[in-house]
Amino acid sequence: MLKIENITKVFNPGTVNENVALNRLSLHLKPGEFITVIGGNGAGKSTMLNCVSGALRVDEGRILIDGVNVTGLPEHKRAKYIGRVFQDPMMGTAATMQIEENLALALRRGGRRGLLPGITRREREIYREKLKILDLGLEDRMSAKVGLLSGGQRQALTLLMATLQKPKLLLLDEHTAALDPKTAAKVLDATERIIQQDELTTLMITHNMRDAIRYGNRLIMMYAGRIVVDVSGEEKKHLTVEQLLELFSRTSGSNEVSDKLILS
Amino acid sequence: MAGLLNALPGAVAQGLVWGIMAIGVYITYKLLDIADLTVDGSFCTGGAVCAMLLVAGWNVWAAMLMALIAGLLAGLVTGFFHTTLKIPAILSGILTQLGLWSVNLAIMNMKANQALNVNNYEMFVSLRYLQDVQKGIRPFWQHPVFTVGIFTLVLIGVLYWFFGTELGSSIRATGVNAHMARAQGINTDRNKVLGLMLSNGLVALSGALLAQYQSFADINMGRGAIVIGLAAIIIGDVIFSRIFRNFGLKLLAVSIGAIIYYVVIQSVISLLDINSNYLKLISALIVAVFLAVPNLRGHVHRHGHREAHHA
Repeated sequence: MLKIENITKVFNPGTVNENVALNRLSLHLKPGEFITVIGGNGAGKSTMLNCVSGALRVDEGRILIDGVNVTGLPEHKRAKYIGRVFQDPMMGTAATMQIEENLALALRRGGRRGLLPGITRREREIYREKLKILDLGLEDRMSAKVGLLSGGQRQALTLLMATLQKPKLLLLDEHTAALDPKTAAKVLDATERIIQQDELTTLMITHNMRDAIRYGNRLIMMYAGRIVVDVSGEEKKHLTVEQLLELFSRTSGSNEVSDKLILS
Repeated sequence: MAGLLNALPGAVAQGLVWGIMAIGVYITYKLLDIADLTVDGSFCTGGAVCAMLLVAGWNVWAAMLMALIAGLLAGLVTGFFHTTLKIPAILSGILTQLGLWSVNLAIMNMKANQALNVNNYEMFVSLRYLQDVQKGIRPFWQHPVFTVGIFTLVLIGVLYWFFGTELGSSIRATGVNAHMARAQGINTDRNKVLGLMLSNGLVALSGALLAQYQSFADINMGRGAIVIGLAAIIIGDVIFSRIFRNFGLKLLAVSIGAIIYYVVIQSVISLLDINSNYLKLISALIVAVFLAVPNLRGHVHRHGHREAHHA
């Protein structure tokens, strides 16, 4: 479903601040695969996701989604294939617009936007049903401005928006990192439910090793712009945090594990 | 005082005309979060195009349509500078505004102004019509306050419809959160260009109305237009934000804001008997006060808001 072939991304090339964020990285995702991505700060996790979504252009290499070469496509055109939830709850929704208006914008992802009504009565019924599943009471507040919602509610809404039009690829960039543990767990459960229901091909970055092991059917660990660990199937199911740390220091040849990784 | 009362209908009519310009500014300033300085140039472009076409014997509505189109093109240029050439929005607007100075002169055959004799042309709006209605020579519905008032309501209706469509909603989303918009497949660059075009189209249309109203187009007629536009938006917001929630009503608030602005300016001039050369200085000071009000008010309320958030 997603083929990343030898992509390289260098920030500030030719300066003292030159930083090779992605170093000839390759990754293939089969349809329905749910990959969790971990790695220390600066490992290149977010850069990889941003290169796939088109927010960043790669310096070298190719990216294909369902056989389509999207390497040269701008972000808004790739959005046809991709659903995204960001780390910052502010980023995924339009705060001064209503909940239903946000959903209506998401429903039209990948389509032409013309002079037809921006939202119809029939859609509202769909939204009400979908919001009920989130179990946050949002179905009764559909005309409320999104800015009034809590971070967790906004992330849940963003998740719904990302999957309202079934995406070929779902990109989650630490989408629960800014939430308190209880809310984070709730959003993660909703995430898993939606992914399983729609059999979505997913890349999920997380700082939490336990979440990385618990969710998904494949786990990759990044270091210095490369994938250094790639486990799936039975092997992943029986993984422990200790083994993961051990794997990390062995493959990266370094004991430098970010504090965030251990603490979380 | 009598002077002020006599001047009031004129101030209201002028306020309505400038209100259409202010609604154009609202689209960029409030919806797209862009301070577009093109308007000082495109306002005159609209007036110049309308005046020259009237002189050339065009029908007034056709002349106004061409003024609108000229404004759309001015916005397109600014949009091109900003999105394709990646020049910051404020600088893009200044560049277009500067360039338009020459364009506007060229439109008026390299003259600084073009007079319109109200007896020679059938116009949509004119100060003379206002005087005629007061004298009883013309029916009341030709009063500029009435005609421009209806015109404004129709425009607000059209804009209300447009910003509720799929395209209009995507333009609003572009202004609120460009990240989100792109993630939802919205071409934010194209939408910014469309917004700038629509805005300057309305601004030029307003310029066309003012040229008719005052019976001339002048190379300086747009100077300070952006300030008047911002003033109208902020006055409307300060006074009506708590009661007008609907988008259409918000646009109406902008128009009323422009009227209030003109009435205030007119009052200051009539009551204090100030040399009209100080008009720009007074305008700038009034706008500075109105721009400061929401900030100062926010400063006082900020603590209360924070607590409300935590609760």
